[in-house]
Amino acid sequence: MSNMPLFEVFVRSKRGLDHTHCGSLHAENAEQALEYARDVYTRRSEGVSIWVVKASDVTASQESDRDSFYDPMDDKPYRHATHYVLPDEVNNM
Amino acid sequence: MPNSEANLEQLEVDFQARIDAEERIEPKDWMPEKYRKTVLRQMSQHAHSEVIGMQPEGNWITRAPSLHRKIVLLAKVQDEAGHGLYLYSAAETLGATREELVQLMHEGKAKYSSIFNYPTLTWADIGAIGWLVDGAAIVNQVALQRTSYGPYSRSMIRICKEESFHQRQGYEIMLKLANGSPEQKAMAQDALNRFWEPSLMMFGPTDADSPNSAQSMKWKIKRKSNDELRQAFVDQTIKQIEVLGLEMPSKDIKWNEERGHYDFGELNWDEFFAVIKGNGPCNRQRLAHHKKAHDEGAWVREAARAYEAKKKARAEKAA
Repeated sequence: MSNMPLFEVFVRSKRGLDHTHCGSLHAENAEQALEYARDVYTRRSEGVSIWVVKASDVTASQESDRDSFYDPMDDKPYRHATHYVLPDEVNNM
Repeated sequence: MPNSEANLEQLEVDFQARIDAEERIEPKDWMPEKYRKTVLRQMSQHAHSEVIGMQPEGNWITRAPSLHRKIVLLAKVQDEAGHGLYLYSAAETLGATREELVQLMHEGKAKYSSIFNYPTLTWADIGAIGWLVDGAAIVNQVALQRTSYGPYSRSMIRICKEESFHQRQGYEIMLKLANGSPEQKAMAQDALNRFWEPSLMMFGPTDADSPNSAQSMKWKIKRKSNDELRQAFVDQTIKQIEVLGLEMPSKDIKWNEERGHYDFGELNWDEFFAVIKGNGPCNRQRLAHHKKAHDEGAWVREAARAYEAKKKARAEKAA
């Protein structure tokens, strides 16, 4: 049991939407992980499609590095529409 | 009998039923070959447009009139690169590779929006592009948020959200110039006059001259016709011209009480088709520049690959 790899599970709740992460589980292989995911995460028909990805294949940024990692985005208010002040008549642009 | 004609017919019926029920088509679903080809062509054309569109604006980054305008323009051009990436990725869900798509554009077999074959002669052109070209693109893309192919629809939603500042920054540039010195105001007027017709042509030929549109509408790849989108854009833009205090770019622009829309006259479609065929003012320059940038970046891709190989070899040795 302890040797079974961990899989991250992503479920698409409805056609047209992105798959979103909903949890993880252990399984011997990807096919088995899919079946387990179906049994664990979509018991109430929460999804129309499931992705499973080996957790060891996920490379994640560290939240503790947040400040330096996202620092380049913090001082760029001009990337937002609200930064530009327009006359009322055309402000719905 | 998976390939029998009756079976194929049933698959097509089911496919259309799914579309009629407003369900999205996802990459692994069965789809008619022509649907796959049409969506792929449209997404790749859209992706190429985002990327080629960086050139006319990039032309003014080093000459922006202030540091503020420069960083805003940089941020916008950077967004276009990102949007190209979203769209290439969506196209790749249909089995095409990025290399193939770029290759087809280099060979002239895949197109991009013809608006980017016009030059940016003055700073006011950067204002006109943000306001009119991005404005037209947004009208088109808002409709495409509901396109039937899931990955395309999702990239449109992301792009529309990010693009909301593009049009506003362009209009703000125009507003500044239109309220500036007589020379600045004249510059704004000239940019409006030059970009008006090409912007309206971004929606494609008239419905009567757009033979593939009916099928695309039936498959809900397109949600509104070229003429409908063009009219919506004209109607929303007239007020914006008035607020700038500029003259209308065409004497044919008049409110039509009966239609409840603005008339805007006949567009010069001969010019449109000439530009599409490769004879616009900048077609050759745009493609040549893209090829050059691609070729000159080859060493970066090679270096990344070499570094990866070296890291792997080192890890193996240590193990």
